[in-house]
Amino acid sequence: MIPSAFEYHAPTSVAEAISLLGQHGDEAKILAGGHSLLPAMKLGLAAPGVLIDITKIAELRGVVINGNVNIGSLTTWAAIAQHEGLRRVLPVLGEAVSQIGDLQVRNRGTLGGALAHADPAADAPALTLALDAAIRVHGPKGERTIAAVDFFTDMLSTALEPDELLTAIIFRPLGAGEGAAYVKFPHPATRYAIVGVAAYIKLNGTHVSACRIGVTGAGAKAERQNDVEQAMLGGDGGDEALATASLRAGEGMDILGDIHASEDYRRAMVKVYTKRALAAAVARARG
Amino acid sequence: MTATEVKERIVGRALKRREDPKLIQGQGQYLDDIKLQGMLHIALVRSPHAHANIKQIDISRALAHPGVVAVFTGAEMLDINPLPAAWQAGGVKNNAVTPRALAVGKVTMVGDPVALVVAEDRYIARDAALLVEVDWEPLPAVVDAKQAAQPGAPQLHEAAPNNIVFEWEAGSQTDADAAFASAEVQVSEPIINQRLIPTPLETRGAIARYDNATSEFTVWMTSQAPHVMRLLLTAFVFGIPETKLRCISPNVGGGFGQKIFCYNDMAFTMWVARKLGRPVKFVEDRAENYQYSTHGRDHITDAAICGTKDGKITGLRVKTYANIGGYFSTIAGGIPTTLYGRILNGVYKIPGVYVHVTGTYTNTAMVDAYRGAGRPEASYLIERMVDRFAAELGLDPVEVRRKNFIQPTDFPYQNGLGLLPYDSGNYEPALDKALAMAGYTEFRKAQAEARTQGRYLGIGVSSYVEICGVAPSAWVGLNGQGWGAGLWESANVRVHLTGKIVVTTGSLPHGQGIETTFAQLVADELGVAYEDVEVQWGDTQGTPFGYGTYGSRSLSVGGVAVKKSLDKLKAKVKKLAAHMLEANEVDIVFDDGKAFVQGSADKAKTFAEIAAQAALAYSLPEGMEPGLDETSYYDPPNCTFPFGTHIAIVEVDTETGHVALKRYIAVDDCGNRINPLIIEGQIHGGIVQGVAQALYEGAVYNEDGQLLTGTLMDYAVPTAAMVPHFELDHTVTPSPVNALGVKGAGEAGTIGSAQAVINAVVDALTPFGVKHIQMPVTPERVWKAIQQK
Amino acid sequence: MTTITVTVNGTPYTRTVEPRTLLVHFLREQLNLTGTHIGCDTSQCGACVVHINGESVKSCTTLAIQCDGATITTIEGLAQNGQLHPLQEGFWEKHGLQCGFCTPGMIMAAADLLQQNPDPTDDEIRHGLEGNLCRCTGYENIVRAVRYAADKINTVAAD
Repeated sequence: MIPSAFEYHAPTSVAEAISLLGQHGDEAKILAGGHSLLPAMKLGLAAPGVLIDITKIAELRGVVINGNVNIGSLTTWAAIAQHEGLRRVLPVLGEAVSQIGDLQVRNRGTLGGALAHADPAADAPALTLALDAAIRVHGPKGERTIAAVDFFTDMLSTALEPDELLTAIIFRPLGAGEGAAYVKFPHPATRYAIVGVAAYIKLNGTHVSACRIGVTGAGAKAERQNDVEQAMLGGDGGDEALATASLRAGEGMDILGDIHASEDYRRAMVKVYTKRALAAAVARARG
Repeated sequence: MTATEVKERIVGRALKRREDPKLIQGQGQYLDDIKLQGMLHIALVRSPHAHANIKQIDISRALAHPGVVAVFTGAEMLDINPLPAAWQAGGVKNNAVTPRALAVGKVTMVGDPVALVVAEDRYIARDAALLVEVDWEPLPAVVDAKQAAQPGAPQLHEAAPNNIVFEWEAGSQTDADAAFASAEVQVSEPIINQRLIPTPLETRGAIARYDNATSEFTVWMTSQAPHVMRLLLTAFVFGIPETKLRCISPNVGGGFGQKIFCYNDMAFTMWVARKLGRPVKFVEDRAENYQYSTHGRDHITDAAICGTKDGKITGLRVKTYANIGGYFSTIAGGIPTTLYGRILNGVYKIPGVYVHVTGTYTNTAMVDAYRGAGRPEASYLIERMVDRFAAELGLDPVEVRRKNFIQPTDFPYQNGLGLLPYDSGNYEPALDKALAMAGYTEFRKAQAEARTQGRYLGIGVSSYVEICGVAPSAWVGLNGQGWGAGLWESANVRVHLTGKIVVTTGSLPHGQGIETTFAQLVADELGVAYEDVEVQWGDTQGTPFGYGTYGSRSLSVGGVAVKKSLDKLKAKVKKLAAHMLEANEVDIVFDDGKAFVQGSADKAKTFAEIAAQAALAYSLPEGMEPGLDETSYYDPPNCTFPFGTHIAIVEVDTETGHVALKRYIAVDDCGNRINPLIIEGQIHGGIVQGVAQALYEGAVYNEDGQLLTGTLMDYAVPTAAMVPHFELDHTVTPSPVNALGVKGAGEAGTIGSAQAVINAVVDALTPFGVKHIQMPVTPERVWKAIQQK
Repeated sequence: MTTITVTVNGTPYTRTVEPRTLLVHFLREQLNLTGTHIGCDTSQCGACVVHINGESVKSCTTLAIQCDGATITTIEGLAQNGQLHPLQEGFWEKHGLQCGFCTPGMIMAAADLLQQNPDPTDDEIRHGLEGNLCRCTGYENIVRAVRYAADKINTVAAD
């Protein structure tokens, strides 16, 4: 398989990248890790006229932990998984990231790329929702920050404007009484999520004082589960509470069906995996 | 005294493979690694429709594209014939419609090629192929083998009314009816053996070169059977002398059956090379391989089994629709008939068996042999039905197996399905060994205990027998099973002046380690150093004719041909040694690489000395020709029948339906064992393909004939993390059929495994009343089966 | 067309490429390093795995132009001074290959795995090789081969 021909640019700064985006408009696609874009191009599913390769922009790479956790959009899964500091303050990231693709995909694939691509079965969107991450983007008018919950708008669609570049993802480190987990039902061939659920729990003593859930793989886009979250609040996070609350998962969502999992089955699995993610998050929050 | 007592025998030793040094250093030469001076590249224009008429093809834009040398359509290639149908279902009418080099007039599957672009490089060829404009008239499609035969189904080929390729039967309907009429218990079940995509890691392709001065073609091909391709392409497709084509298989990156067949790319690369006078290369990408190269299995079956209340099986009735795909592939007729229907009784004595098979065309990729080829389908069916039967009676499936086994004293065993007699077998020791390894009795206790805790464990047993070492030519050939030629093998053993030995074979190893295994045989037989033996294969120029490597036949047929050549060679060695030692030939012993007069081993002539004398020919016995060079043809008197028992242990997550394969035990009997390392490797790989069918793989077409599992992003070939460690052991029941006592091991793993896994899953789900789940048992299917309780 | 310079197996090469030229095609067609194979085209099978700046990467899903200035190691560059790499030795000793088509990529992936985890369990080996498909061996002997190599490397390191 061979991609169609394209014009290639490799900017070395964010400003240069944004200028190129402005110049080429819809014709252009950003190339980061390339593990979604290049296969799509080889299969003829995408044929951008211009590729803007941002991998030479050093400032987009790396993890900074000072109060918040700031992860450059070009930071690879492998770099996230191996980052000592992240293992301490946000262990769920490593847990989730190590389930992505394979060793080679993790060496190339980037957090920012996955979020900007917004594949409905990608793992990272669920994490950003559950962890209430902020997504920093730069455009011709400067920079702005988008809450994860507002970022994913539809299948393969985000709140990014065509002339904007996703530059960083900001997480809040977890402290005592907080726990998060990611569990997924992997696609047997790609290990994308057929259903993936990220859960965050904060305990106030023995009671749940905050809960966020991000579900991926099930619908056109990753989504929070407000009903489940509400049901968890004030409860003790025990098995019965989890079982009851997770029954609300996926309700009201447009669930997808395909050859790997029908709509009915996915709907049921959203509940099961929500329960399992919550159970793990609660256990971690209890310490 | 035999040679074995002097020189350490290497037959039976787990030698590491001589094939490997180049392959582990990236120095193998696979098809796409070959570059010829001036070589052009071909890209195909393929149908996006499963069924359509071709109204018009406009090549003008493609032709104008810079770097394009030529664009051709099928209409221009009508001077060559369609590909041959080399194995049609035996004894019945076959409506065989085979593909042409490029489709003409209509297409019958997605990916059916209608035009080709020849360009200076593959990037240009690919770009230009997108510029060919085809005016399609889409037609309704049918993808299901059973629906295809129903009235009103879309019709693929005029020559095949109701899409029927053949109607074939085996066994006795009368006996089966009688068995069912008097049975105390009977069970029926629809059994689907889903379509699989063989997926050798290397896709297929061909490179053709034509020498205008001599009118000779050379074709490099990803083929398991280059000699057969040479025959088919010259005698049937091009109508040229067989001597005008040289076929070469370089290193072949896995075959699993898909690379046995004659494909359109062999024909169109030859045609284009001749037309343009330049060498051309075509290599499929993976999506093309999935759309157009052959698939396997795809049976829709209604099966019924009957017997007595105490577990004696008396009857088996099977009606199968076998999907043939959009055209008839090279040996598609023999797979769901001879290699399936004739061994449906498996390892059991069943008095009344009857099978009827309807082969049908559908708007899907052609279906032909895939690892096991018919025997996995048969083995799956009987082993599932035996479990169903046992469950219906509330009996232990192991005991039902034991009760119905063909006994050691029954061999040679005629199964009543028109098969040659099973050569040898001893099924119970293999079963017992596997049960012991699995800890069957303890497992049953643990299983009961686990169920009380809400954990669902299952154990599945599969006792299989299969057909290898195919096949006696007179039986398998045109007057018997419908195979369009013979099925013998030949081998040449040539000794050079320096005593170095070259074996040439028509077998075509592509992972089976034949170079190593054959060299082990030769070294022991001649008492020479293993390193002094070279095994050559793959090029029709320089190797004797062979039907190729498939059907687990390369040792049990090709290896026996080597053995026969060695026997001839040794006779000549003795004769020459007698002359050199001035003794009588009858007194000469040839052993451990030396020839001597019986009782005086100290006055011996070494093999090297004899070889030198034979080559120099300074002093030969009266009338003896120089040289030690012998060729043999071996036509086996029977097939061989390897067997064994596989056991799978699973745990089912009843909330999600996920099946965890916890343990896998395999006890196989492939007769005598030349290289255990290689045999075990074959078993391992075979098991994964069966396990994959049980748990993961399945080609899916939608109703319009679009292949939904069109790449490895959707077709789930298992990774290392998806399969367990395998626990292997074996029994040895030599085959009486051949001088080596070998049976074959290439497909046993696949033939024995899928049903072990499914039996285990169903066993785990017994508390939920689950009786059968169709493969692959995806989490969703398991979950649904549980929900339906 | 753009000119790039890459160092492959210790040798610097300067060549012109189209932006769309895949790294695997660059290696195979322009540098004649045909040990790196193409199996799936969609980044599942790993037959094309090479190391770019020390990390294992699927070269069918990487553009050659992106590798300007990079250091690349392919299977042809793994053996040093005629000595097989312990992984090559392990695959040979343990019958970790049959048709051999997946083997170069499998070995390159395993080399990266052992860099990251020098003493993996069998389970870690299986998960570490998730990016590589083998259709022949059933993986049993590949796991043994990687184990062999790990043991050998660790023994040498301990000496």
